[in-house]
Amino acid sequence: MSDAVIKPEPIEVRFRGGGFAPKSRRWMGLAVFVFLIAILEIGTRGGWISSLTLPKPSDVLATFGELWESGLLFKHLAPSLSRLAVGGAIGASIGIVVGVLIGLFSYARAGLVPLVAAIFPIPKIALLPLFVIWFGIDETSKYALIAFGTFTPTVVATYGAVDNVDRSLIRMGQSFGLSWFSIVRKIVLPGAMPGILSGLRISLAIAIILLVAAEMLGAEYGIGAYILEAGSLYDLERLFAGVVILSLLGVILSTVIGFIERRLLGWRE
Amino acid sequence: MDIRLDAISHAYGGTEVLRDISLDVPDGKIVCLVGPSGCGKSTLLRLIGGLERASKGRVLQLGTPPEGCLNPLTYVFQDFALLPWRSVHGNISLVLEDHGIKGERANAIIQDVLSRTKLTDFSTALPRQLSGGMKQRVAIARALAVKPAVMLMDEPLSALDSQTRELLMDDLVALWTRQQFTAVYVTHNLAEAVRLGHRIVVLSRRPGQVREIVEIDKPLSERSHGDADLERTQKHLWDLMRDEARAADEELLDV
Repeated sequence: MSDAVIKPEPIEVRFRGGGFAPKSRRWMGLAVFVFLIAILEIGTRGGWISSLTLPKPSDVLATFGELWESGLLFKHLAPSLSRLAVGGAIGASIGIVVGVLIGLFSYARAGLVPLVAAIFPIPKIALLPLFVIWFGIDETSKYALIAFGTFTPTVVATYGAVDNVDRSLIRMGQSFGLSWFSIVRKIVLPGAMPGILSGLRISLAIAIILLVAAEMLGAEYGIGAYILEAGSLYDLERLFAGVVILSLLGVILSTVIGFIERRLLGWRE
Repeated sequence: MDIRLDAISHAYGGTEVLRDISLDVPDGKIVCLVGPSGCGKSTLLRLIGGLERASKGRVLQLGTPPEGCLNPLTYVFQDFALLPWRSVHGNISLVLEDHGIKGERANAIIQDVLSRTKLTDFSTALPRQLSGGMKQRVAIARALAVKPAVMLMDEPLSALDSQTRELLMDDLVALWTRQQFTAVYVTHNLAEAVRLGHRIVVLSRRPGQVREIVEIDKPLSERSHGDADLERTQKHLWDLMRDEARAADEELLDV
């Protein structure tokens, strides 16, 4: 080494960190919807999307307006919502109870986990005729189908969540002499709540799918019946109006769960 | 209340972790358990508090716990074990609720233990807002709230940085000086042992046996960081443990 060696130019260290941390960008979701709908509107008006393929978004909106004005919207929506509420509530609450039992008791786990695994992959829609025989053609069979469909994913999410509760917190509860019931109520259930709620998101989406399936088979009013009727007449505007209602229902349920999460799980972040 | 360990042995499956340990924990004294990693000192602590059952031998309580004692054997854990969804106040009231202490009576106890651990201003904070040292002070406050006869402390300062550890050691000494409590204090940090222990029990590596019991007579309040006589004791302890610690470190884990 001598003084004659020319020192190379300093190079700035290249930044290579960052990323992998998605942030909430509030208006992006809306922008995507607006963009897609705008493309469809321009396409159907311009004629390069034929009216047989897709209806004009503005026509769908008009159909929606008619539904609203004629009062038919609520005539269809009210029974659907009550079916969803009753069926979903029954399925989710039994699912949470069974999931907690599986999470806490060895015998419940050994006996019920294989059963749940056997039931889970059955397409519940395939059982609809069976439910009609068991519970009749009226509301009960619809409640049963929706409840059955929400039950299995809720069970799986709940016992997974109970398994993930920090054991050191449970040991702490025992070391302070807390009763078994107190440990379950004050440590296990709140600790499992994040997992239970994220399971509920999936269960309720499944409940909407099954709602439509149940209503396609023998229901006078309901979103499913409305869509089925529109579909058999190839009335694409009404078909899409129905589909939009279902999507909105999904978005609303997901928002409600998000709200509950913020209320109950504020301690997380 | 004293604690006596009567010939405790313990095994997990075929692995013997503790062999024939007899020990007295006298009232109002802090007994430190030190030993190389994996010597079963935390297991021994779980046996003392009844969180695990010894394969052989018995743990005995001698005498009755003091009046007003809700939970005679009370743990302070290394990972704090605070409920993240409850505030500081809620975490302490958790251990009172089951004893039917609610409302004003609970508030009085909580205010008292929070002021003793210098946490009065933080009663509404959630655990995630607190530093490690503060979390451990909350855990200590929670332990004090049930007026324990014996505190079982499982490496309470090991998850903290060295400055926080010094501060908390001073806090523990101050707490003990104000109101002398009985404690079994498990640690792998010999400096903590010589600062806080009246009696230091050195365990051998697995299967853990009592190798030596060192008594330190100097009062806790007169001890400080870097005292020459404490340094000597610490060196003596380290000489006892060094070879075992190395051998333990090189062991394969198959527990």
